[in-house]
Amino acid sequence: MTGAEPAHPVLRLSDITKRFGALTANDRVSFDLARGEVIALLGENGAGKTTLMNILFGQYTADAGTVEVFGRILPPGAPRAALDAGVGMVHQHFTLAGNLTVWENIVLGAQSLTALSLKPREVKARIRDLSQRFHMKVDPDARVGRLTVGERQRVEILKALYRDAKILILDEPTAVLTPQETDALFATLREAIAQGLSIVFISHKLHEVMAISSRVIVLRHGRLVAERRTEQTSREELAALMVGAEVTAPEIRPSTPGAPLLSLAAVTTAGIGSAPGLDAVTIDLRAGQITGLAGVSGNGQAALSNLISGLTLPLSGEMRIAGQPVGDWTPRMAIGRGVGRIPEDRHRTGTIADFTLTENAILETYASQFARHGWMDWQAARAHAEEMIATYDIRCPGPDVRIRLLSGGNMQKLILGRVLETGPQIVLANQPVRGLDIGAVNYVHGRLAEARDKGAAVLLISEDLDEILRLSDVIHVISEGRLSPAFPRGTMRPEDLGQWMAGHGFEEPAHAS
Amino acid sequence: MDLFDILISASFWAAAIRIASPLIFATMGELVCERAGVLNLGIEGIMVAGAFAGWIAVWAGLPLWGGVAVAFAVGMALGGVHGILSVPFGLSQHVVGIGMTLLATSLTFYTYRVVLPEVSSPPKIEAFQAFEIPFLSKIPVLGPALFAQTPLTYAAFVLVIVTSLVLYRTPLGLAVRAAGENPSAVAAQGLSVTAIRIGAVMVGSGFMAVGGAFLTMSAFDSFFFDMVNGRGWICIALVVFGAWKPGKALLGAILFAAFDAFQIRLQQTPIGAVVPYQVFLMMPYLLSILALVVMSRRAEVPAALMVPFNKGER
Amino acid sequence: MRLEPIANPTLPRRTLPPALALIATFAVAALLVMIAGGNPADVFGLIFKGAFGSKFALLETLNRATPLIFTGLAIAVAFRAKLWNIGAEAQLYAGAVVTVVLGTGALPLPAPILLPLIAVAAMAAGALVLFIPALMKTRFGVDEVVTTLLFNFIFLLFVSYLLEGPLKDPMGMGWPKSARLVPEARLPRIIEGLRLHWGFGLALISAAVIWVIDAKTTLGFEMRAVGQNAEAARFAGIPVTKVILKTAVLSGGLAALAGFSEVAGLKGSLTLDLSPGYGYTGIVVAMLALLHPAGVVVAALFVAAIFVGADSMSRAAGVPSYIADIMLATALLLMVLAILLTKFRVRRD
Repeated sequence: MTGAEPAHPVLRLSDITKRFGALTANDRVSFDLARGEVIALLGENGAGKTTLMNILFGQYTADAGTVEVFGRILPPGAPRAALDAGVGMVHQHFTLAGNLTVWENIVLGAQSLTALSLKPREVKARIRDLSQRFHMKVDPDARVGRLTVGERQRVEILKALYRDAKILILDEPTAVLTPQETDALFATLREAIAQGLSIVFISHKLHEVMAISSRVIVLRHGRLVAERRTEQTSREELAALMVGAEVTAPEIRPSTPGAPLLSLAAVTTAGIGSAPGLDAVTIDLRAGQITGLAGVSGNGQAALSNLISGLTLPLSGEMRIAGQPVGDWTPRMAIGRGVGRIPEDRHRTGTIADFTLTENAILETYASQFARHGWMDWQAARAHAEEMIATYDIRCPGPDVRIRLLSGGNMQKLILGRVLETGPQIVLANQPVRGLDIGAVNYVHGRLAEARDKGAAVLLISEDLDEILRLSDVIHVISEGRLSPAFPRGTMRPEDLGQWMAGHGFEEPAHAS
Repeated sequence: MDLFDILISASFWAAAIRIASPLIFATMGELVCERAGVLNLGIEGIMVAGAFAGWIAVWAGLPLWGGVAVAFAVGMALGGVHGILSVPFGLSQHVVGIGMTLLATSLTFYTYRVVLPEVSSPPKIEAFQAFEIPFLSKIPVLGPALFAQTPLTYAAFVLVIVTSLVLYRTPLGLAVRAAGENPSAVAAQGLSVTAIRIGAVMVGSGFMAVGGAFLTMSAFDSFFFDMVNGRGWICIALVVFGAWKPGKALLGAILFAAFDAFQIRLQQTPIGAVVPYQVFLMMPYLLSILALVVMSRRAEVPAALMVPFNKGER
Repeated sequence: MRLEPIANPTLPRRTLPPALALIATFAVAALLVMIAGGNPADVFGLIFKGAFGSKFALLETLNRATPLIFTGLAIAVAFRAKLWNIGAEAQLYAGAVVTVVLGTGALPLPAPILLPLIAVAAMAAGALVLFIPALMKTRFGVDEVVTTLLFNFIFLLFVSYLLEGPLKDPMGMGWPKSARLVPEARLPRIIEGLRLHWGFGLALISAAVIWVIDAKTTLGFEMRAVGQNAEAARFAGIPVTKVILKTAVLSGGLAALAGFSEVAGLKGSLTLDLSPGYGYTGIVVAMLALLHPAGVVVAALFVAAIFVGADSMSRAAGVPSYIADIMLATALLLMVLAILLTKFRVRRD
């Protein structure tokens, strides 16, 4: 152990090892957490951070090693025991039931299942008390389904505090927040520290790690590779430790934009579930330009993505492709007019898990290129798939492998290949690198930039401001379905974009009454 | 008889409530399963099994309530099988449900033949008798309709109240509702989604079986092979119609039963002489389909209905 | 517990669970036979003999398998596209009704023209019966399981009305029964003198056609894509609604051929007990066949053998023939579990 070892750890992980089949997700990981300390657990996607925390929280059983909380070893595989010992976890994907109210969500599981009453009055009073103590505003009677992402996260944190958690584990808590919301979260966390809690903060964002933590633990390929006191390290060092080898991101050169290839003029669409639709959006996607769309998720990105993908039509306003108005509009027509689409969710929308790589490769073009009079040409399809495996560096056993067995990065390469293979005029890239490791991220970004250089109009939708700022030639922010003006590269700081993301700066809608 | 006279007659409403009773039991059962996230298509077969089990238990010498308990237990057991296959293994709830209906039905018929070989007509039992609640049953129209029913009918109404209270006012009910909406919320609290779902399916199946037993122990006094006759499927439609809420589902069941009682009476009017009787018999099924179509867009379906939960996966 | 996908299942992993499922099915049946006071070995022996023990028994099994191949195919096709058609019973009767309407002398045509005409019309009727719930599914999002189930009851009542009204045989002495088909509308026997009609041949041909559609055509590809992941299919430009409706037409048409074949090949007229639940048994057949058309033929023969065998066993051994239904339901449930276990490993964490 390093010299920084605390005297009385509230939490101690010893030699945690976890294997999934051939993959070793955690390899003899050990660390201590002291009272009032914030440890940042840093690592790439797939480094084993979430697995480690799931073991700590009892969701998984470790193959070896122990978890000690306040000196007592937790029984493995028992989330209940972790909760009772004072460990609270705020998951990356909120574990809230949308049809229940805030107080119902908070009290779920906190009472004995044989109790005859939920005691709503007591519960709500306690929630109000907690929300005052930690400066988190929530309405206990609101339905969770109607809350914003930031509010939902507060509910998650309150859930832990309601159970008297002494140790908070936050898994990528800022991934979906605006910079301002992130600041508010950090204020809450500092308050929690002041009141005696200890925190494990999982992230891959270096500036946040530097801002909030007192100690940083770096995981790589399931192993603890470094431990640093925050004040004694730097972003550069951490980046190198996280990735291991020197990885250079592709250089994005400035572009020379051409004519608008896809234009929306005052387009309004229906909302999707609880997320808003587009509200009189006007935008030009120009040839040879990457247009970045920043914004907190659930602000109309899905509506825009569905519109361009061919899944929906505008309620009002006009969409033009290469100057031609779009009338009838389906996914197949979108593909036919040169729109390549990388969907947000590669598992649910982008691929069919139990189809082979070949079948997934031709999913969009089987009718036009791999069939005649309704008869499939499987030989040609297979040859095409083999070509794509080679061209796009898809690591796999062969074209007959079921796609479910591929890693996220290789799955995304297949989708990317499917899109770029057709030489699209317009590329919609919705969260193209979410959940990918750095190598795959750079690959995808490089290919998108390449498509731009060949003259395609690229629309990049992302919740990650760093990604937007790095790649985009021009940036728009979307909030509540409204679109900000276009900001050229280099004119905006993250904080400025954050203001727009939080909904400031938009003109009041003209039709407001 | 005039059509309007039918609608205000006590005997008509008494019949409606009687027809509604088995539907109420089974609908509550299905509702509990679905609120926890499991579509239980075993309902039809479980009702058949319950109808037989309760009846044969009483025929073998158990008291009537003992028969109800036996039916409930048989329903629980069948629900347990359904639960194990559909919850931890996450098998298609459609296929498991149809399989359970086939299994429960054939097991019932087999047992019937084994227990009662060589009988041409099934024996009768001393079924539940109407119990007039003092004073209340003397209220005009409403009294005889509501308060001169068999104890099992009263139990059906009590069940609706209990189901409603448990679902909305207790920690257990909260956990069930959360399991049907976002099971990871339940798992994150250290509760077992598997246990909650299997438990809900078992209890719900118990209610379904009692619904079946109502037919042999209260509505009639004997067991026939095609006795349940699609009532289970109708209850699934009633759950949708009731928007997964006990009160609304109860209302749906009574409305539906009133319509059924009405068409039976309609057959005896001059209209019945012109229109083939099959048209009347079709009505309940057509009505169910109509209810599904009308309600399909409005109701708030439990978000995790028919979605298996696999720990550690999203 | 947790299910973990297996990347490359070994041969035992792929074959052992299904084998165990079959063994367990027989074990359950043996237990029930013993409860009924029978000797399992004798009973299974009698079932086997009843199904395959003589030329007559074998032909009976093939005849019984014929409608099950049709309904099994109908359900396999639908289930592959995740169209939960539980209404094959109604579609079967739709085909039977059309066969009777057109085959009792309404059309004075020679057999080579009349028979295909009736078959196509029957298929159209069955297709229509499934088209309605499929439309309700695509239009209103109404779960087709319940609607197709309810349609079974409705359609059977409709047939009952027809047999007591418009289609009633004037010579039927009051029984609810249709008139007999004219000779030109009867399916001939495959071999003269053997009681096996061309319905069986048609069933085999249908299975082959479905196999080809599945493996070689865009429609087959589309149906599988929609079944596996409708959202991804829609995104990729596959017209999901159209594919579901096409699937409904194909599935309903196949189920209707069961009714056509039973009336034109075997019975010669329509009664209310034409099908002892072939529509529902088709589900078992399709699932045992893993939804594969060739498998459907094998599974249908297996299921038919158990039914035919159990009938004759029941007469001889006094064990209720419902044992057959129990075996099939058990096999269905255990087989879907077994298939899961060929692809996933159960882990304790």
